[in-house]
Amino acid sequence: MEKFSAPMALPPPDPQFVLRGTSAAVHTLHFSCGGPEPDIPLLFSGSENGFIHVWNLKTHRVDSALDGHGRKSVYCVETMGGKDRLLSQGRDQRICLWDLAEGRTSVTDSVFTEHVGFCRCSLLKVAQGRWLMAMAARSLEEVQILELPSKTSVCTLKPEVGAKLGMPMCLKLWQLNCGSQPVLLAGYEDGSVVLWNVSMGKVLSKLICHQEPVMSLDFDSEKAKGISGSSEKVLSIWSLNEQQNLQVYKTHELVNAGVSDITIRPDKKILATGGWDHRIRIFGWKKLKPLAVLDYHTATVHCVSFSDHSIPRERLLAAGSKDQRISVWSIYAET
Amino acid sequence: MAAAAAPPGLGLTLEPVLREAVAALDRAGVGESLAAALGAVRSSLAAAGGPAALGERERALFGAFLRSLVRAPGAALPEGVWQRCFLEGPPGLVFCVLLEALGSTGSGLDPREVVGVLEQFLQEGRLSALLWEVCQQQAQAGCPELQDALLNKIVCLPEHVSNKLQGKNPPVFLPQNYFPLLGDAVLQVLEKISDSLRGGLDCSISFVSHVLGKVCIHGRQKEILGVLVTRLTDLTKSDCMWQRICWRLVECVPDRWMEAVVLGFVQRAPGADTLSRLLGNLVVKNKKAQFVVTQKMLLLQYGHTTAVLQNLLGYLSLDGLRRTLLLRVLQELLETWSSSSAVKHSPAEQQLYISKAILICLSHLKEPEIDSCRHELLMSMMEGMKCHLDSSLPQLQRLGMVVAESISLKINTEGPVLKFEYEEDDETRELKSLLVQTPSFFVVPSLPDDESEKEGAALPLVPESSEKSHTAVPVMPDEELDAELDSDDDLLPYDMSEDKELKIKAPVYIRDCIEVLTGSRSEDVDKWEATVKALESLVRKNPAATREVSVELAKILLHLEEKTCIEGFVDLRQRAQVAVLTTDPIPVAEYLTSQFYSLNYSLRQRMDILDVLVLAAQELSCPKFHGNTKHSRAQKPCIQLPLGSDSSKDWRKIVDERIKSKTRRFSMGQSHVELVSCPNEFNSVAGYFFFPLIQHFDRPLTTFDLLGEDHLVLGRLVHTLAILMYLAVNTVAVTAMGKALLEFVWVLRFHTDSYVRQGLLSCISSLLLSVPMDRILADMTEELLETQSWLGDVMEKDPDGDCRRLALQNLLLMENLKKKLEAVPS
Repeated sequence: MEKFSAPMALPPPDPQFVLRGTSAAVHTLHFSCGGPEPDIPLLFSGSENGFIHVWNLKTHRVDSALDGHGRKSVYCVETMGGKDRLLSQGRDQRICLWDLAEGRTSVTDSVFTEHVGFCRCSLLKVAQGRWLMAMAARSLEEVQILELPSKTSVCTLKPEVGAKLGMPMCLKLWQLNCGSQPVLLAGYEDGSVVLWNVSMGKVLSKLICHQEPVMSLDFDSEKAKGISGSSEKVLSIWSLNEQQNLQVYKTHELVNAGVSDITIRPDKKILATGGWDHRIRIFGWKKLKPLAVLDYHTATVHCVSFSDHSIPRERLLAAGSKDQRISVWSIYAET
Repeated sequence: MAAAAAPPGLGLTLEPVLREAVAALDRAGVGESLAAALGAVRSSLAAAGGPAALGERERALFGAFLRSLVRAPGAALPEGVWQRCFLEGPPGLVFCVLLEALGSTGSGLDPREVVGVLEQFLQEGRLSALLWEVCQQQAQAGCPELQDALLNKIVCLPEHVSNKLQGKNPPVFLPQNYFPLLGDAVLQVLEKISDSLRGGLDCSISFVSHVLGKVCIHGRQKEILGVLVTRLTDLTKSDCMWQRICWRLVECVPDRWMEAVVLGFVQRAPGADTLSRLLGNLVVKNKKAQFVVTQKMLLLQYGHTTAVLQNLLGYLSLDGLRRTLLLRVLQELLETWSSSSAVKHSPAEQQLYISKAILICLSHLKEPEIDSCRHELLMSMMEGMKCHLDSSLPQLQRLGMVVAESISLKINTEGPVLKFEYEEDDETRELKSLLVQTPSFFVVPSLPDDESEKEGAALPLVPESSEKSHTAVPVMPDEELDAELDSDDDLLPYDMSEDKELKIKAPVYIRDCIEVLTGSRSEDVDKWEATVKALESLVRKNPAATREVSVELAKILLHLEEKTCIEGFVDLRQRAQVAVLTTDPIPVAEYLTSQFYSLNYSLRQRMDILDVLVLAAQELSCPKFHGNTKHSRAQKPCIQLPLGSDSSKDWRKIVDERIKSKTRRFSMGQSHVELVSCPNEFNSVAGYFFFPLIQHFDRPLTTFDLLGEDHLVLGRLVHTLAILMYLAVNTVAVTAMGKALLEFVWVLRFHTDSYVRQGLLSCISSLLLSVPMDRILADMTEELLETQSWLGDVMEKDPDGDCRRLALQNLLLMENLKKKLEAVPS
């Protein structure tokens, strides 16, 4: 590993604050801070006991706790448009759509995924009030694309017979710009990342990034560059060329094995990883320059998430861990 | 035929000429008249129509004439003329007379001159004339004794000549030249026979067959068949007459020589279809040939090459009549393969041979035939698989697996096929290649090719298909790209020096370890892992604390199961066990040895116990660790016994090495560097390791029967005892141990498992090396003598090569001891 630590380097910062009280391991986090002034910045967290907590980031207290997954672990939470509509996915094999407006806490609709794994779904807004959602389907290797809120199935992505990709482990649905073809990146159990053309249901490109299952991936559509992590010690950075081919760009060796989550900050400057070694790592996204190692948690970090504050210097990073705590950090917020 | 065809009266003219010549010879007269007489014989013979035209009387007279010719002193004979008399006379008669002359010791022609004539006789092709003559006589029932004598002379000509000339015979009489020549002569005769058959004339081939048979039984198959098979292969390709001649040639070989001939053909035929052309349905017609082909070459012998096997079984498969034999052969082969007694008692080479034969047979089977014997195949497969897997030799196990897989592949055309997991090696690859029908010409499986192909396939980690997949080779970012404003320089990194490899804090006290290992908290997998990893060094660092809980710890370790996938878990556990045992030898050894014979352990656990005992004994007795810190000992256990079935090999290697080094010491004197002397810690505890193990082996438990099914463990036990015995050198208990061991060996010496026998032989080696000589002589002379005779038996008769080698080694050790003893008394 390269040594970047200059003698004058500052010690890593402490968390801005820590949220306690989920009383279970935290599996997913999602900020909703983009609203105009009277709105209170919120953080949604999904935990192993099946609750979704809505944290008030002004008071650092739980505003409400949503119980919609039969006390089964919640491993994905996303907002749809604003903080009033929420999507959550749990181990009860259901994806729930919530109406949280005006203090309501009701499930308006749900999708039965029949998927037994823990592959998070991926949401993409295609038009006002219309979303596409990619999710692992019942059949082991398949990914299903639904349109929300109508829940109509758009297509099912099946690997070729004999491809032996295994289960999908992580998904990222994106489109180059509004109105263009939606594309799906899927990381599979066999360590490969596959680029799917959603409208044609065809594989555009496949790249073996890891020897072990891909645990998480994120993609920067501006730079056409993505990053993936697995249970190994390696981060793999790959790029998509004009012919829609995935190519390995570089790999980065970590000190400890196991990456559970990777997120690129919305401004594409830095990225954060949550590791099985309890640490959060921050890298510069352009060259993957290691910037900081945040060692606060005492168990596996399950998720990392950047906030969507409209004022850059208020931006936050949150990490949820098996140790039942959510640490919230303000790091590189000025740049 | 010949005599009858001769015009009457011609005989009258030859007869007086011959009488005159004999008289001239008897007179030993002047060269002139003799030359004239001989000339007259030649011309009247020619006028009579050659030797074939002679009648019985003339033949007798001509014989007398030739005999007096050889009796005459060589100097008196007119040079050139007398030899022609021999070369133009009736070949059978001439040959007999010449060989008689060679055999007699009296005066007359110089043997070298006789040999000279014989040489000319051979070179002028008179040999084929001779054979042809006999064949013709045979057609009209010639005298069998005469033919027999002639046969003998033809086949043994090289010996006769060599005897006479004391080895200074001309090159043509060397077997490697003579027999090909004879082969040519046979071919010429066969051609004549073919011609005469085509001419509608009857002909007897049996004399030629006799010649062939006798040559073959004399071990000259290579020379004669080398000529015959090549030529006949060509001739029989498209000519039915030749095929029939060839079949007849082999069929007429007498039974006593049949084996040699058939074997020669099978070995030399370039392929099964050629063999089928050459032999026809010989195996169906001739009982002896059938026995040789279907029994002897397959079930009794095992030295033939795979190509020979392919020839043989391919030959059986090429004809409907013979296919029934093929099925029968397969049945018998499978019987042998699935007989547990055969698996136990026959050498590994033979079992490999039989397996090959089975696979080749399977490759020839057709669907309806398989249908007809599917059930039998299945039964033999189950039976054979069981007894092969029971064997403790990995090679035999693998053979069983490969053959069973192949049978299952053949009988289950649809549905699941048996599949074992084993490492492929050249042998299994060769075996498997046999299952694929080879084209009928000679195909030796090209192993190197296969291998390179495999390597090629193994190298790239690239997905094979997928339209736009790419190799995981990083695309180097262009230099220009680098120079772009694409840089993270505005981001200042924090101090990351604390980012080190994550270490789970392992327990620091032995009692904590016990808590973690016995605890039911399944969540603490990391802690559990760390404990397993740290335990050995912890035990070594805290001997006093370990002693307090040693037996408990040993018990936990013995029952410890792999909870998560830790790299080298088995090794870690074993090292911890060894550490506990060496720290507190007596109670822990008592515990482990008692557990070895108690209920409800798996074979694996029992073998683990043995491994641990051996490793600990080795460590205790090994002086080189003293002086080193305890810690370094923890990192470098003296001998890493690999786990699994391979360890037996290493045990033996260790013992062998020790034996070698020891033997050398006997013969070369003290050349070893003296190690730093220190007390042998094994001394006081050797008995605790040894005696409990040797006491209960003959008492079967419900789940554990050493003398029955569990002979693999018995084998390991025996090897363990051998090592313990060896390590007990110079200890007090060694003599008692030796005595007990000798009795133990004596009880088991006829064990059917060769792995056990190998262990017993290692025991004897250890004993001879460890027990002081005077104690051996004083306490166990009688047993030792018995053992010696047993060793002699093993060395000669044991089917297992390693056993024979070990027995020989032991006998040499005994011999060395004896020599040393003889040197000492003065």
